[in-house]
Amino acid sequence: MVHYAVRRFGLALLILFVAVTVMFLMIRAVPGDPVQIMLGPRATPELQARLTAELALDQPIIKQLAIFYGNLLQGDLGIDVFSGRSVTSIVFQQLPHTLSLIFASIIWSATLGIALGAYAAAHPNTVIDRVTAAISVSFVAAPAFVVALLSLLIFAVHLQWFPAIGAGEGFWDRLDHLVLPSLAIGLSWVGYIARLVRASMLEVMGEPHIRTARAFGLSERRIVMIYALRIAILPVVTVIGVGMGFLLSSAVFAEIVFARPGLGKLVIDSITTRNYPVVMGSVLVSTGLFVVSTALADLINAWLDPRARAGH
Amino acid sequence: MTETLLEIDNLGVDYETARGDLKALRDISFDVKKGEIVGIVGESGCGKSTLISSILKLTAPNTRFRNGEVRFKGQDLLQNNERQMRSLRGSDISIIFQDPMQTHNPVLSIGAQMVDIQHRSKAAKADKRATAAKMLAAVGIPDPEARLDQFPHEFSGGMRQRIAIAMALMSEPDLLIADEPTTALDATLEVQIIERLHELQREMHCAVLFISHHLGVIAELCDRVVVMYAGAVVESGDVRAIFHDPKHPYTRRLIDCDPGHIKERARVLPTIPGEVPDLANLPTGCIFRDRCEQAGPRCAAVPPLAGIADGHNAACWLNHKGGVS
Repeated sequence: MVHYAVRRFGLALLILFVAVTVMFLMIRAVPGDPVQIMLGPRATPELQARLTAELALDQPIIKQLAIFYGNLLQGDLGIDVFSGRSVTSIVFQQLPHTLSLIFASIIWSATLGIALGAYAAAHPNTVIDRVTAAISVSFVAAPAFVVALLSLLIFAVHLQWFPAIGAGEGFWDRLDHLVLPSLAIGLSWVGYIARLVRASMLEVMGEPHIRTARAFGLSERRIVMIYALRIAILPVVTVIGVGMGFLLSSAVFAEIVFARPGLGKLVIDSITTRNYPVVMGSVLVSTGLFVVSTALADLINAWLDPRARAGH
Repeated sequence: MTETLLEIDNLGVDYETARGDLKALRDISFDVKKGEIVGIVGESGCGKSTLISSILKLTAPNTRFRNGEVRFKGQDLLQNNERQMRSLRGSDISIIFQDPMQTHNPVLSIGAQMVDIQHRSKAAKADKRATAAKMLAAVGIPDPEARLDQFPHEFSGGMRQRIAIAMALMSEPDLLIADEPTTALDATLEVQIIERLHELQREMHCAVLFISHHLGVIAELCDRVVVMYAGAVVESGDVRAIFHDPKHPYTRRLIDCDPGHIKERARVLPTIPGEVPDLANLPTGCIFRDRCEQAGPRCAAVPPLAGIADGHNAACWLNHKGGVS
């Protein structure tokens, strides 16, 4: 297991290195002088030269990359062009808001989705199964920004049950502020996970080893909860791991609609003001988040499934 | 006369399908005595698997028990509810399934599964583990203590079938059902596993219902044989009588087709011409009539499974006065 974890995180680092390098080169390949765009048309040549030197843009591209990685290894993502603050501190100030939003969404949608899916699989082709199927499909079909706007209108403006904007202060207030945004981006996941668990569960319940477990008189409850669910959950873990990327992009919507601080809002704001170091820094952290979450999903799978551990 | 353990009496089982009822088992009758090994032979699709799942009542949802009884120690299992059945499964009646590669849970260690199936025992977990290790040693798995922590995919097919046997015999059942336990294994392994199973059976003195289409194994292992064809018993009796003096044309043809019986080098292997009848749309009369070379006018009526000699039964008019005409 430890061996597997080391190998898997080694791979994650490699992926991150490739992704970041490609991203770095892509930004450099965009036409136009970033210094001119940042400083505007009325900047003096001296000012332009100073910024060019500061950003090391006068160096060859390989050297720029080396400088970038050198800074990155020291935790330095560069300097915000406008405020002069370190990008690292800006990004890590916003990160907790996005992380809490994503985790809240995953936790409630996975719990509900797995429960609905397992229940539907245990009672296939009954009324309950059909109802969960209808609910699931309509949840999947609802785009996050529509749910975000509607829930904002209904629960925050009309009913006034939950706060409409911001992230809140203190634990309970923060939780209160999380309800609507996490509802908005988690809703389609409930349906998706429920469908996935149902299909996967029905498949596992038909496998010969479940018949063996029954032939030894194990209780149906134990068979479903231990013998079947542990296998049926494997694809769900993978999907959630990969789904972090999608959640990050839906978080952008939720953060804009609910005026929440967070990575998504930071990226949008800095793209519109062409604040490249901040864009680069936040995209880099998002990429890191994605790579780490897929690696974590693989690790959880390996912990649940000995075959994956052995590399089968 | 030894005590009868399992009596199957006129058992009729249908599968409800979109094409109508599929008559999977019709008027099945035979019994298994204590400590005896009874073989069931027949081609694929003759109802062997339906029969086994009916005994354990681990049937598909579209299964309907139409008539008859399955008496185990005198009690009709078909009248049992699910809770009563569950208390029999894996304690009084155990089963070894056909495909050892898929019979164990892939994500739980062998030890965990072997401890889990002792759920009726009040013993401490360490004792259950010790019992499991002892059973693994009994079926010939070296270093059983260490291997308990391994997962199914770390064992070979032969090893896994040994483990399945160990699991089935751990509760010292009165009846062991072996559903083609060696079909998925190669020939040398087959002999080893059969021998080990036979040894353990003699030690524990449990009855075995051994399903196979390998006649050689049946002849070597079993005391009595039940021959099934298209969901019906066509002949049953002592293993010697069945193999040396078969009384049903189907049994004769089956023995002729067994590769072990072919003495001369042949260009074409012997087969039984024709096909198994459609069970959803049964022909009238004897079930084997269409494929039987000896069929006559009398075969338009279903022949009863009648006694010929002591314990030897066959369902064929040829054994009756007047023959098939």
